[in-house]
Amino acid sequence: MSDNGLKSGSNLEKMLTAGHFAFTGECGPPKGANVEHLKEKFEHLRGIVDAVNITDNQTAVVRMSSTAASAILVAHGVEPNFQMVCRDRNRLAIMADILGVYALGIRNMLCLSGDHQHFGNHPEAKNVFDIDSMQLIALVKMMRDEGTFMNGEEINVPPKLFIGAASNPFADPYEFRIYRLANKIDAGADFIQTQCIYNMDRFRDFMKKAVDMGLAEKAYILAGVTPMKSTRMAQYMAKKVPGIDVPESLIKRLNSAGKGKQAEEGIKFAIEQIEEFKEMEGIAGVHLMAIEWEHKVPEIAERANMLPRPEID
Amino acid sequence: MIVADRKSLNEIQEMIKDYKKILLVGCKGCVTVCNVGGMKEVQVLASILKIARNKEGRELHIEERTIERQCDFEYVEQLRADSEKFDAILSMACGVGPQFLAEAFPAQKIYPAVNTKFFGGATQHGIWEERCAGCGTCVIHFYDSLCPIARCAKSLQHGPCGGSANGKCEISNEVDCIWDIIVRKKMEQGRLEDLRTYRGFKDWRSARDGGPRKSIRKELVQ
Repeated sequence: MSDNGLKSGSNLEKMLTAGHFAFTGECGPPKGANVEHLKEKFEHLRGIVDAVNITDNQTAVVRMSSTAASAILVAHGVEPNFQMVCRDRNRLAIMADILGVYALGIRNMLCLSGDHQHFGNHPEAKNVFDIDSMQLIALVKMMRDEGTFMNGEEINVPPKLFIGAASNPFADPYEFRIYRLANKIDAGADFIQTQCIYNMDRFRDFMKKAVDMGLAEKAYILAGVTPMKSTRMAQYMAKKVPGIDVPESLIKRLNSAGKGKQAEEGIKFAIEQIEEFKEMEGIAGVHLMAIEWEHKVPEIAERANMLPRPEID
Repeated sequence: MIVADRKSLNEIQEMIKDYKKILLVGCKGCVTVCNVGGMKEVQVLASILKIARNKEGRELHIEERTIERQCDFEYVEQLRADSEKFDAILSMACGVGPQFLAEAFPAQKIYPAVNTKFFGGATQHGIWEERCAGCGTCVIHFYDSLCPIARCAKSLQHGPCGGSANGKCEISNEVDCIWDIIVRKKMEQGRLEDLRTYRGFKDWRSARDGGPRKSIRKELVQ
């Protein structure tokens, strides 16, 4: 704990510890060194969300590094939630980057295993996976709370990061998913961001289990929302993206909205979800992943009554 | 066993294009069992290479040998008398074989005819699957003798990842998610709680990451 009783002192941590319903967004760095493009994306999120997830070579496609992109956000006064995957770095690079991002003013970090490189634009790559996401969570906690590297050596100025982890209640086997979440929280996750939710019945059941197991008291759980832009997107996600559960009823609903109105229907569904999450036991906030749709976030936030964001000291 | 696949005819032809006399050497070990480099496959490849060379209007003389094991100098020695009579030696053993031949006959040119793939076994006739990554520190007792290091695409010690769907791995519908199998086995046996245990950082020094490996049994060393 730092002097103020907070683990990292990030805006996101303050928002959650103050009991406010958190709201995080997401921004994929550009496929190039185009800083203006990155700015354009995150400027849509300024003042709208509490922190912006910066993805790390998401879907194994090479982009500007999440470290650099996160640092650019810090420099422009927007709080990033730095994502790190285990696919591309061994433990030396991981620990070096953890120190590096902290030195650059980054205070939130989401620990992920990472999509297999098979998905991406360099499927010939050698993968690393020296450690996995569970161990990455434990490592960041060790570096922060014990002030040591993996080998036990003392760190001169430990990185005080707010530790995030992902949870996918929709991957298989379902029965195990709640235990995997429990493992991540035990390993040291302070907050959880879930995979995007479409099957609300399953998620309600998952959260009931999480609450019954006391998990929601040990970590802040943010529900993942990705608005559908079209029936086609919904069908693609249902069929092609492993671990995403899109109920047929949602596809029908989007379809029946008719041409030109599917995006609005997708947004309406997302807003209904956010309204339900506000009331759902164990949910501490929403993580809105508007993929290549950042400019829609202010409108969604407004219509979901997430604005203005609470003032934090 | 070590499982291999034969290289493409084009690649093999390219390797030996400058030679007229080739010694083609099979192995009675793993590659015989996985039907890629035993006596039969040596015969087939020799015929194909000769036919292909004839089509080019050029000559190719191939002699065939299949020895007990190419990973054993005792058997490799059986080739010594013949080795110098050829322009090059083409080995159908796993990657160990050509290297033992190269060490035994340093003046000779040695080429591999197969791609060595993994440690595994036949799951049905004609299909072999990987089971072991040879990491040097076996941990399968934690996972009911199912290896996530070799069989999870990400070698996760804490799985399954968020890409596991319908028992399949996120990389392909053709690949089983080993973590799905591990979890289901634990559930069937009422021991899911085993998977609540945190596993520490793996020491990869015993794997190839620690550099080329040796196994020394002092009692056998002469």
